[in-house]
Amino acid sequence: MTHFVELDNVTLRYGGEATGTVALRGATLRVGKGEFVAVVGPSGCGKSTLMKALAGLWPVNRGSVVVAGREVTRPVEIVGMAFQNATLLPWRTTIDNVMLPLEIVEPHRSQLRRKRAEYEAKARDLLKLVGLAGFEKKFPWELSGGMQQRASLCRALVHDPELLILDEPFGALDMFTREELWTVMQDLWMARTPTVILVTHDLREAVYLADRVHVMSARPGRMIHARDVPFPRRRALEDTYRPEFTAITQELREHISQARVAA
Amino acid sequence: MTNTTAAPAVPDEDKEPRAPWLASRRNLERILPWLVVLGLFLVWEGGVRLFEVPRFVLPAPSVIFESMVRWQGPILSNAWQTLFTTVVGFGIAIVFGLIAGVLIGSSTLVYKGLYPVLIGFNSIPKVAVVPILVIWFGIGTIPAIITAFLISFFPILVNVATGIATVEPELRDVLRALGAKKRDMILKVGLPRAMPYFFASLKVAITLAFVGSIISETVASNRGIGHLMMVASSRFDVPLVFAGLLVTAVMGVMMYLVASVIEKRMTGWATRGMDGALTPSGG
Repeated sequence: MTHFVELDNVTLRYGGEATGTVALRGATLRVGKGEFVAVVGPSGCGKSTLMKALAGLWPVNRGSVVVAGREVTRPVEIVGMAFQNATLLPWRTTIDNVMLPLEIVEPHRSQLRRKRAEYEAKARDLLKLVGLAGFEKKFPWELSGGMQQRASLCRALVHDPELLILDEPFGALDMFTREELWTVMQDLWMARTPTVILVTHDLREAVYLADRVHVMSARPGRMIHARDVPFPRRRALEDTYRPEFTAITQELREHISQARVAA
Repeated sequence: MTNTTAAPAVPDEDKEPRAPWLASRRNLERILPWLVVLGLFLVWEGGVRLFEVPRFVLPAPSVIFESMVRWQGPILSNAWQTLFTTVVGFGIAIVFGLIAGVLIGSSTLVYKGLYPVLIGFNSIPKVAVVPILVIWFGIGTIPAIITAFLISFFPILVNVATGIATVEPELRDVLRALGAKKRDMILKVGLPRAMPYFFASLKVAITLAFVGSIISETVASNRGIGHLMMVASSRFDVPLVFAGLLVTAVMGVMMYLVASVIEKRMTGWATRGMDGALTPSGG
């Protein structure tokens, strides 16, 4: 069976052959369509590099990256991305920020003028889904950090990307906001079922959100362990304190500390 | 999940009556520059009278104003000429600075190739270029326009280039992942992001443009405030020289104000709406 995302034995190096830093070596990852996968690992293990390789933002030196049956050699247009920083444009209102991808990605780009109202309604619905109704006309600097990150998620999703790449999107938020956004993220995913790859260093977050958690080794990064998370949806935040749940986080934690020792 | 009803709507806060001291302080801020100018003139006038400074060394403000009134015809027509060459040169500098700034800021290749040359070019004293311009174009309006342009385009170019070149890498990734072309990148992110830098540079550039025009008029022209001051000083009419300086300063301040008003209109987001929050809309 072919997977939606296939990363095969990928080696990626920043800089030259001899002096460059090898960020990934022999990394292999397969994700089925509509799956929610998390990638965890010790810090500096090349998680973000993996995402860049997936999105086609950085060419791989060896191995292959295939997304939706096509070899990735340049930026993939069916991808939506969100990062640790919300990176909203300060001169645009929240709704205009969310609609930015529609101004760039085809076919929306050429239809935007005609279907403006329709697209705007869509953006409004998304904002409502993440609890930002009524903030459409506010500027990013009028929103709290958590609200900005919600808007950033909406921007990543507005053009209905088939693949959503999240690089520690909740990393800079306080604990309560973070947990609240986990539930928001789960709802978004259940409503639209894109394929999601989430990079995080928070094991509770990984286990709460993902169908499967992959553990990466220290640099140069590769996958050393995969763990399915069998709990049914929709998961509640309280579940993260149940023994079955903590057993999985504990298991992952041990794998990561082993990876760090091995480095 | 939707907490719409709890959404904090804060606009009412603005309607609260302001503390009276805040209003008086704002009035003080408004008239303070005038008070400073007035004070300066008074001290100047007093000093000159007290120490009996001869008028061909330092004329008192009253003498300068008197000279201004007497020569108002020539002053106005020459000031108009200077304003004209400055604004035209400045306009060309804006267009050229914007275009070159976008090119240099968005391409490392152009940056590496052009920037050292431009730095070298900008280091040349503009007063040394004027004689060459005179050989090429004759004396008068055209060298003044070109000098104003040459002296004022550089800060515009550097600021626009900086604004475009410093787009956050993550933001760039977000856009590239969407398949954004270079053109999208510049139009949707680079240029809007560079606007605060651009307007800040305009305020510097407009005053420089005046310097350029007047330098050129002083060296080679038979019109303009610079020329007027040259003629006046050759006749030892020092009050008229000072009148020319004052008129130039007034024009400079006026153009600066125009630039800063446009800046506030266009890039309120860069100051995070602070001005809007501090200035009451009415009364």
